[in-house]
Amino acid sequence: MASTHRRTTPFLTQSGDEIAIAPSVHWRRWVVGALALGVFAWAASIVIFNENIRWNRVWEYLFSQKILDGVVVTIWVSIAATILGLVLGVILAVMKLSKNPVLRVLAEGYIWFFRGTPVLVQLIFWFNLAFLLPFITLKIPFTQIGMRWDTNTLISGSVAALLGLGLNLAAYFAETVRAGIQAVDRGQTEAALAGGMTSAQTMRLIVLPQALRIIIPPTGNEFISMLKTTSLIVVVAGNDLMTNASQIYKQNNLIIELLIVASIWYMAMTAVATFLQSRLEKRFGQDRVRLVRGPSFSQTLIRMATGAIPTQRAASRTKETVR
Amino acid sequence: MTEVLVRASGVKKAFGQHQVLRGVDFEVRAGEVSCIIGPSGSGKSTFLRTINALETVDSGSLIVRDEQVGYTLRDNRYHPWTDRDFARFRSGIGMVFQRFNLYGHLDAVDNVARSLITVKRLPKERALERARAELDRVGLAEHAHKKPHQLSGGQQQRVAIARALAMDPALMLFDEPTSALDPELVDEVLETMKALAEGGMTMILVTHEIGFAREVGDTLSFFDEGRILERGTPAEVLSGEGSARTRAFLDRVR
Repeated sequence: MASTHRRTTPFLTQSGDEIAIAPSVHWRRWVVGALALGVFAWAASIVIFNENIRWNRVWEYLFSQKILDGVVVTIWVSIAATILGLVLGVILAVMKLSKNPVLRVLAEGYIWFFRGTPVLVQLIFWFNLAFLLPFITLKIPFTQIGMRWDTNTLISGSVAALLGLGLNLAAYFAETVRAGIQAVDRGQTEAALAGGMTSAQTMRLIVLPQALRIIIPPTGNEFISMLKTTSLIVVVAGNDLMTNASQIYKQNNLIIELLIVASIWYMAMTAVATFLQSRLEKRFGQDRVRLVRGPSFSQTLIRMATGAIPTQRAASRTKETVR
Repeated sequence: MTEVLVRASGVKKAFGQHQVLRGVDFEVRAGEVSCIIGPSGSGKSTFLRTINALETVDSGSLIVRDEQVGYTLRDNRYHPWTDRDFARFRSGIGMVFQRFNLYGHLDAVDNVARSLITVKRLPKERALERARAELDRVGLAEHAHKKPHQLSGGQQQRVAIARALAMDPALMLFDEPTSALDPELVDEVLETMKALAEGGMTMILVTHEIGFAREVGDTLSFFDEGRILERGTPAEVLSGEGSARTRAFLDRVR
């Protein structure tokens, strides 16, 4: 990388006169930059000035009720599925590291199954659960006290999606948690055991709290990726953003326009989620080694919009690694 | 005659093919300060860790506080300990590690209070009160609410000592407590340990601080290749009248 360091004071002659520093002309940067901009602008113009895209319809649909409803469903399904996935993932990780061989094998089987089959297949499977179990009954054993639901009304498209995406995420997240648990220094466990704690207490009170701090950055990434994975719900008609957009374009054939509408919303949600993730990292990452990552473009935009201009110092401060 | 707290006879231990302990005989009485020196890899740390069951023993007998470590004799058979048995046994023995091992997510006072709450089942308020008293005893009362990484190595090690002492242990194990410290921080930790020894605490100390062993120790054991090569009062062992092996080691560390 070219040196961009600048002196803060001008050179001085022996008699104390200032000698100015000539500005350096980075002509290569200008040429390459202009070329890149040209290619980019050409590609963008194909979309923006395309006569077949009716931009007025994009703006018309961007805030239409059906799209907004879809955005709400996408957000809550993403949040619920992520929470389900995280909780289950932690349980699976602990099971996988357990001394009990039964728990270990069960966890590994679960992970194998959910990572070994496409999430699309899983979604369709959950949606069609009624085929296997027409009714879902919860009751206290040996009594008549309980509840019974018709599976088809209970498992709507969005609930099937929530289950499918959550259970699937759990399998992937379990590996992240396991890595986090194993990244906690062995000395922590030894100190806790030497202090008279049982293995379970050591895991719950000493190891897991520190492992969770380590895995918070990947957790944010899981949520951000989940926001977009929810678009697969379209196959089970879960009333999310993508489903609603597709229902609209199937009626009026404005396919590209509605995909643009959906994309704008996904980008907006991702930007907000990325911003929240960086806050989360600041809050939790203080006393631990973390993935080093500068602010993303959307983060920078949001910070500028909210008045907090990112400085070089703030960016480099997030790189502190302490232990 | 004072009570024997630790009695090891013929203790052996291997990690895979590597025989780490080749028959250790060792004894510590209540109130004694017992120092262990020896070259790295001689098995001294491993032996220390068998005493609070952080390492298991392959053969021989290891009796700590009248219990065969890891087993309970019942109906003429030795029953392996459960998780709870280990926890109960370890809660009576304090341990201080080379790398401090303070809980990274808890501040100093919570580090000390953690086991009081979880293991001794003290109400939170009383545990914190006791923790603050222990921090005061090692001279760190004003650092109670700092996280480990905000403390110097010497301070961290003193918090670790306070954490072990809070449990009212019958025996304290120190595994090279000053080896990871910057030289100028060693003395504050040694002072804390000296005060503890003068207070009558039973201590087993693996160390490279020969001066400290001479001044504070009641017995000194020299470990080499998984055995205790020499054992006696510090003056006897350090006189250099023993084996050539001991002399060579002492010449190097002095």
